Amino acid sequence: MADSSAPKPSSSVKLVLLGEAAVGKSSLVLRFVNNDFQENKEPTIGAAFLTQKCNLPTRTIKFEIWDTAGQERFASLAPMYYRNAQAALVVYDLTKPTSLIKAKHWVAELQRQASPGIVIALVGNKLDLTEDGTGSGGDAEDAGGEDSGDARKISTEEAKTYAEEEGLLFFETSAKTGFNVTEVFTAIANAIPETSLKTARGPGASHAAARTEEQRVNLNGPRDPNAKEGCAC
Amino acid sequence: MAQEAAVESSNNGGSSKVTSPSPSPPPLPPRRNVSSDGPAQVAPAQSKPTTAVSSIDISTLSFPDGSRGTFSTSLPRESFTPNAGAYGTPSREAAAEGNLADAMSVMSFAPTMRPHGDLASLVAGGLNRKSRAWNMLRSQSETIQPFESIEFGAPGDLAGFEREFDEIPDDKADDVRMDMWKAKMKHYMILSSAGKPIYSRHGDLNLVNSYMGVVQTIISFYEGAKNPLLGFTAGNARFVIAIEGPLYFVAISRLGESDAQLRSQLEALYMQILSTLTLPTLKNIFIHRPSTDLRKPLEGTESLLSSLADSFTKGSPSTLLGALECLRLRKSQRHAINNVFLKNRSEKLLYGLIVAGGKLVSVIRPRKHSLHPSDLQLIFNMLFESGGIKSGGGESWIPLCLPAFNNRGYLYMYVSFFDGTPDAAFSPESTHQPTAPEPSDNPKWGNTEEQQEGGIALVLISADKESFYDLKEMRDKLAYQLTKAGHLSLIRAAAREGRPRVQSIVPGAHIAHFLYKSRANVQFCMSSLETLSRSSSSDTQALPPPAEMSSSEQPKRLLARRRLMSLYHELHASMHAKHAHLKVLHAVGEDAASLAWITPVFEFYCVAGPNVSRAAMAQGANRIIQWAKKEEERLFIIGGGVF
Repeated sequence: MADSSAPKPSSSVKLVLLGEAAVGKSSLVLRFVNNDFQENKEPTIGAAFLTQKCNLPTRTIKFEIWDTAGQERFASLAPMYYRNAQAALVVYDLTKPTSLIKAKHWVAELQRQASPGIVIALVGNKLDLTEDGTGSGGDAEDAGGEDSGDARKISTEEAKTYAEEEGLLFFETSAKTGFNVTEVFTAIANAIPETSLKTARGPGASHAAARTEEQRVNLNGPRDPNAKEGCAC
Repeated sequence: MAQEAAVESSNNGGSSKVTSPSPSPPPLPPRRNVSSDGPAQVAPAQSKPTTAVSSIDISTLSFPDGSRGTFSTSLPRESFTPNAGAYGTPSREAAAEGNLADAMSVMSFAPTMRPHGDLASLVAGGLNRKSRAWNMLRSQSETIQPFESIEFGAPGDLAGFEREFDEIPDDKADDVRMDMWKAKMKHYMILSSAGKPIYSRHGDLNLVNSYMGVVQTIISFYEGAKNPLLGFTAGNARFVIAIEGPLYFVAISRLGESDAQLRSQLEALYMQILSTLTLPTLKNIFIHRPSTDLRKPLEGTESLLSSLADSFTKGSPSTLLGALECLRLRKSQRHAINNVFLKNRSEKLLYGLIVAGGKLVSVIRPRKHSLHPSDLQLIFNMLFESGGIKSGGGESWIPLCLPAFNNRGYLYMYVSFFDGTPDAAFSPESTHQPTAPEPSDNPKWGNTEEQQEGGIALVLISADKESFYDLKEMRDKLAYQLTKAGHLSLIRAAAREGRPRVQSIVPGAHIAHFLYKSRANVQFCMSSLETLSRSSSSDTQALPPPAEMSSSEQPKRLLARRRLMSLYHELHASMHAKHAHLKVLHAVGEDAASLAWITPVFEFYCVAGPNVSRAAMAQGANRIIQWAKKEEERLFIIGGGVF
């Protein structure tokens, strides 16, 4: 990747994905991390932890992503994941009204319980199922849409208005086509206030270090303290 | 058992063709008293009593001290007997004798499949004094592989098995979908005692809702009479019912499995549900609202239930034997891996496992706790059979209950796959480590059944839900050290090598496949399944045409595996039938010969071509058992790392 370039200040950001089951949280992450998409992905169990770098002009953000399972029974574990998170992606399914209601609940819970400075992005996924997503001629697939002839059930305006009221970033994405996915993460990276970032050593600096076990542990150092805060208290 | 027998016998006696699973309540068959209803009394209800006698002649050859021995070749050798062989595999006869539950499933086969002669008289008269022509003919045909005759003949009772795992499409008419549903050979249903559907392997719940209602009615009728229904037969399908608290589990099989085997499969599904919810939660849900729809709390685990169910339908040696399979490694190598594992142990760790392609590589555990195979089965199913964790990439943190360990609470499981890419073998840190030379010829993977089973997983289990980062740190250290010492590439190589072929263990033996279970270690090993599906051993005469092989490779492999596993299931059922006290069982059928051998130390099952003589099989079996004894510390994990 871009590690070989001159070291830029690098910092890690803990990011959590929340949202109803089957809205596409894991697919968004898979698209962002591996630029991949799987049809009929099986549901996440518990939570998955992934990392991905995001290069900004002035610095590198390393996202530590907690992709949580959307099923109701995992809801009680959510605080463990959003505690000390600097960013959250609250995802809903554009074609499923109940998923926006669930998303609003998550936003409220985050505003109540998560770190005060948390950056929240509201993301409407599955844009490929709507007319905007498939382009002008894409009305083949949807039998469910009544008004506009596509599967969209939540208008952009409705969600956008809500996002503005609550001070959230707002995007409509398609993990399937990849539309707007990187943009979401870049926008979050940009929105994280400089002050809340703990600057870590550039990855290039430690790259060449000899590999004794101690150094190997140290190498994780910059992230671990950060992470432990997020977990052990 | 006795209840089933009673239901069954009256089914058979009363009305010869029982097609509906629902007896109308008023003329319910008279049920016999449990206490007075021994197997002996029911036996006369069988229509072919002679089979029960003949199987004794054929099969029983006991080794009282459990020691190794060879068969006396002077005994009458039964071999390829075209007209005596029932369509299916021969141990059905033995099953009929041993276990009434099995007798029931035997009874359920359509009569056309069983051209019954009096087997005992056949054996007594003439067949054991073979003409010289017979013997010469047989010497020519020893190289015929098991199940080969079937490939070219009638598709048999597994017709349609290749479509067993196809989805029932949504867009067809209901009657078409219902036909497809009825064509499945195996069904699993789970419903609440209030009759709410929870899970069905095939068909959406709307499609099968009415059947769920019927099932619920039948079960609760017997429940109400304080005489729970355990199973019944309809047509050629065996229904087995398990009641676990507020849940009803139903297995419907046309694959000839025994009641005990189906019951253990249902038990595993129940364990999967407990693993999701824990027992107290499950109970609470139904105490407060008996009519709860359990689908919501179980949301997202359908794929786990289905992958578990499908592994049973495909035939799982692990479930059949109730044992685990380990990756074959040198003792010193396993020891070294255990030591690295133990040295890097996090304080928060309860159990640590390294698993390669569904085979256990290394375990570390506290002295006072051991791991139960049924719990490991749930974990392996989650990791390797269902795609949920592996496809997501990254590391997973999963709350789960291990019911055999403790069904009252959750443990937390950290999972990370060491995949082919050097990047992933390490922490997703972008620092590229000079990974040990690991031939990651992934494109070649997936060629064989063994290798399809997935990568190397590290599983770390803790009771502390906040211990993710501790365990992650442990993983990073482990990954580094295992890679540096070359252990990881060693594991990868061993996994790629796959299961051993019989020919490499005992060259020249005519055995096509075997299962060997070490009873003390609750572990098993088996030979490669490849040889069966491909008939690829060099001395095979009847190689299938290559074109056919490539086009229909997958279904054929499935079919070959199911045939083999059906035979093993029958052998296993006969050996473990109540009151059977069998030590050795040799059975010959039209399509294969099989041998089972049980001692206090091991259970051994093998399959050979239909014309392989008993002496040859026994000799091969002996050599494999000697091999397993010699290799014991490589094949099995003995003790594991204890802290």
